Amino acid sequence: MSLAALRRALFIGLLGGLAVWHLSLVGLIPAFAQRRLIGETVTFSYALLVALFALVAHATGRRYAGALQRVAWGTLSALSTGLLVLALALIVTQVNLRQIFLNATPDLARVLTFGAGVSPAGVLRTILIAAVAGVASGGLGATPAPWGRVSVFAALATLLLGLLRDVLGPILPSGLVGFLYGAAGLNVLGAAVTFVLFFLLFALRWSLPGRAGTGRIIELVPSPVRAPVTRLAVILFLASVPLWAGLFLSNVADFVGFYILMGLGLNLVLGFAGLLDLGYVAFFAVGAYTMAVLTSPEIGQRFTLDFWVALPIAIMLTVFAGLLVGLPVLRMRGDYLAIATLGFGEIVRLLVLSDWLKPYLGGAQGVTRIARPQIGPLRIDSPQEFYVLVLFSCLLAWFLSIRLRDSRLGRAWFAIREDEFVAQAMGINRVTAKLSAFAIGASFGGLSGALFASLVGSVVPASFSLLVSINVVALLVLGGMGSLPGVVIGALALVGIPELLREFQEYRLLVYGIVLIAMMLFRPAGLLPERIHRRELEEAVEEVREVAPAEIAPGRS
Amino acid sequence: MAIATPRSFLSGRRLEASQLIVWTIGAVLLGIVFVGSVLTLRAGQYTAAQWRDFIVFGIAQGSIYALIALGYTMVYGVLRMINFAHGEVFMSGAMTTFFVADYLNRSGFLKAHPWISLIALLLFSGLVSMTIAVLVERIAYRPLRGAPRLVPLITAVGASFFLQYTFRGLFGSGVRAYPAIPVLQGKLWVFQKTQIAVFVGVAITLLLLLLFLQRTRAGLAIRAVAEDREAAALMGVDVDRAIVTTFAVGGFMAGIAGVLYALVFIQVQFFMGFLPGIKAFTAAVLGGIGNLPGAAIGGLVLGVIESVGPSLFFDGYGIRAAHQLKDVIAFTILVLILIFRPTGILGERLGGEERV
Repeated sequence: MSLAALRRALFIGLLGGLAVWHLSLVGLIPAFAQRRLIGETVTFSYALLVALFALVAHATGRRYAGALQRVAWGTLSALSTGLLVLALALIVTQVNLRQIFLNATPDLARVLTFGAGVSPAGVLRTILIAAVAGVASGGLGATPAPWGRVSVFAALATLLLGLLRDVLGPILPSGLVGFLYGAAGLNVLGAAVTFVLFFLLFALRWSLPGRAGTGRIIELVPSPVRAPVTRLAVILFLASVPLWAGLFLSNVADFVGFYILMGLGLNLVLGFAGLLDLGYVAFFAVGAYTMAVLTSPEIGQRFTLDFWVALPIAIMLTVFAGLLVGLPVLRMRGDYLAIATLGFGEIVRLLVLSDWLKPYLGGAQGVTRIARPQIGPLRIDSPQEFYVLVLFSCLLAWFLSIRLRDSRLGRAWFAIREDEFVAQAMGINRVTAKLSAFAIGASFGGLSGALFASLVGSVVPASFSLLVSINVVALLVLGGMGSLPGVVIGALALVGIPELLREFQEYRLLVYGIVLIAMMLFRPAGLLPERIHRRELEEAVEEVREVAPAEIAPGRS
Repeated sequence: MAIATPRSFLSGRRLEASQLIVWTIGAVLLGIVFVGSVLTLRAGQYTAAQWRDFIVFGIAQGSIYALIALGYTMVYGVLRMINFAHGEVFMSGAMTTFFVADYLNRSGFLKAHPWISLIALLLFSGLVSMTIAVLVERIAYRPLRGAPRLVPLITAVGASFFLQYTFRGLFGSGVRAYPAIPVLQGKLWVFQKTQIAVFVGVAITLLLLLLFLQRTRAGLAIRAVAEDREAAALMGVDVDRAIVTTFAVGGFMAGIAGVLYALVFIQVQFFMGFLPGIKAFTAAVLGGIGNLPGAAIGGLVLGVIESVGPSLFFDGYGIRAAHQLKDVIAFTILVLILIFRPTGILGERLGGEERV
């Protein structure tokens, strides 16, 4: 029994160590060493390492009921991870691997030993930090229900606040900024105050039963107008963004908006109808290129249309493109559908890139001088002004999504997602339902593309690679397929954060890969699951987990 | 109990409009290709020798696709799923082996013992790819076996990007050039010597694969699982082990394909797995997924079409830089095959199982 526990603890520690090796050699950990979160000492890399130690300790400890066992085995795991971290630091300093592994530098060793370098002091420091993280994680896990979660969330929120210093700095009142932030990241006092505030906030949120914390405030509003009032408040807040956000933040908000639009569009296809479309970027590209070709004077000098004329044309064309993609793939499902749509997406990109169509689409150089929208005498030019347009489009798409979800058509999509043949037997017209999913879903993507082209002012084929499709799929998976709030959360996390943090850009797709796998393994319904879907996916995966691996997979007779 | 899908528009009671449109599009594309070929041939822009070189190159390229395609097809045979990350398995072998090749080259061993080095490189690459393939199966697919179809598909896409950007992070995003192997330089009759090496390598690997599948217990287990997983399990076959073996063998062949690819194309980089991966998948579907000879034939056919196609189909129309449309041809074939003949040329070997 004890031997099995030991093996388990060491195994999880080993996995944690491998994760550190991977993240270090890939360059993620050294890249974040410059990003200070709290004071001069706590950098993003250190926070990441400590988080890994704590995670390892938690993964080991959560099996045990007794607090002592939890802490002991968890700390042992964290320590073994710590030893592997030290081993990597030692290897990197002793052997010159830079010819092969770009990131195996002495700098990496310094980061891995929390700034001390490979010396007795550094070893001691790493071991001590691993032990403390393990004990803290085990101890928090042993506390009664909400408190562990409250502390973790408060700590994460504090770190996030430190991370977003450069973004929040220009927005918040200068007195507050001076109080909270130091030269880089939060100052120590600011961090402490923030942590306590967040702790109280989350404690209030979770300690009271049934969401009473937030509920009490909302209950002040009489019930018949409660929903409209909350809705209005949210919309007013969103609409106020350009007033307080600077140029940079508005630009990021616009990009998040483009991805929310695409996410809502793909959500109809993937989330509602269950059809995995890996070529969604094609619709984004069609929208963007239609806008570009119709409004830019560079191509076809004779006609340059107004933005407002080009926009409906762009959307109509994407609907048409959606039908064109949808028609041939009507009979395909699952893997074949994914690959075929991926093929369509690539065909569009390659054609746009080719010299053959260069006179019409601009080839590799793309198209520039795309028109900006104009309302009467008012020209929508800056990202702040554009934001209003993006917000309006997102709200429209959101509204349409809700109406579609609750409509007859939405029900038909759900039925097809669950079982196509049964749905057909129940009298659902498969052709109409699927085609409308593709067409309507495509139109959102086209709208997004048209706005994108107009804001950026130019389009190049490189902006329309497969990665965009993967990005949209990843944000849907993160938020929860079929869930509308999930789209927003997914876009904020997977588009917003990388846009805000420059270092992150390079590791964006690596993180998407991890997100896709981890979500499917641990939380297949997403962070904010849609009600119906949640039940099904969780049941299905539970079922699999219960069956021993050697046995036969259920449900395929 | 598989519910029969109507496989062609003729089997329905009435002719569906949607199918009519699809068939019309197909016919138009076929017409374009046919007219283009006739125009090109009449213009007589290329000599017979040039066509022959196109075809030889196509066969070399196609035999590499064939090796990768076998991995797709075998995994599909046992699991009924497409291992999206297989292109990355191919890439990981080629990328990692670059450093071994570079080391051998600089130490002079490559020049002194070219054949031994070549075999060592092939084996090393095969082993790396095999490890990666087995890991992917263990982490991304096995825990989700039997979950809704969409779930392993998404993890597969995730695994693919994870691997790509891991290699980018480890080794950088630059293009690396494999050292030239002296004995493989120059031409022998109409073939480049590297091309001959590829043919021989692919032929030996295929032979070994056949022997493995037909003559060993592990091969028997794989065939049994591919035939009927439940029955095989009831007969005492360790299904998990058979599946891992399948991934391992598929990965090994992808690794070998990686080095052969590097011999022909010299350059490797982290993104190199994507296109060959998709094309090998196309080849697997072209030959009939789940069908081993089909995958090999599909690879060759695709390689030749891709090599000959741009000049043959498009030059006649006077399209500029037709070679840029090479990948468009491959993707179009992929889409057309999936639409019109998802069972491939030789038909899939899936028993009564419901098709995707």
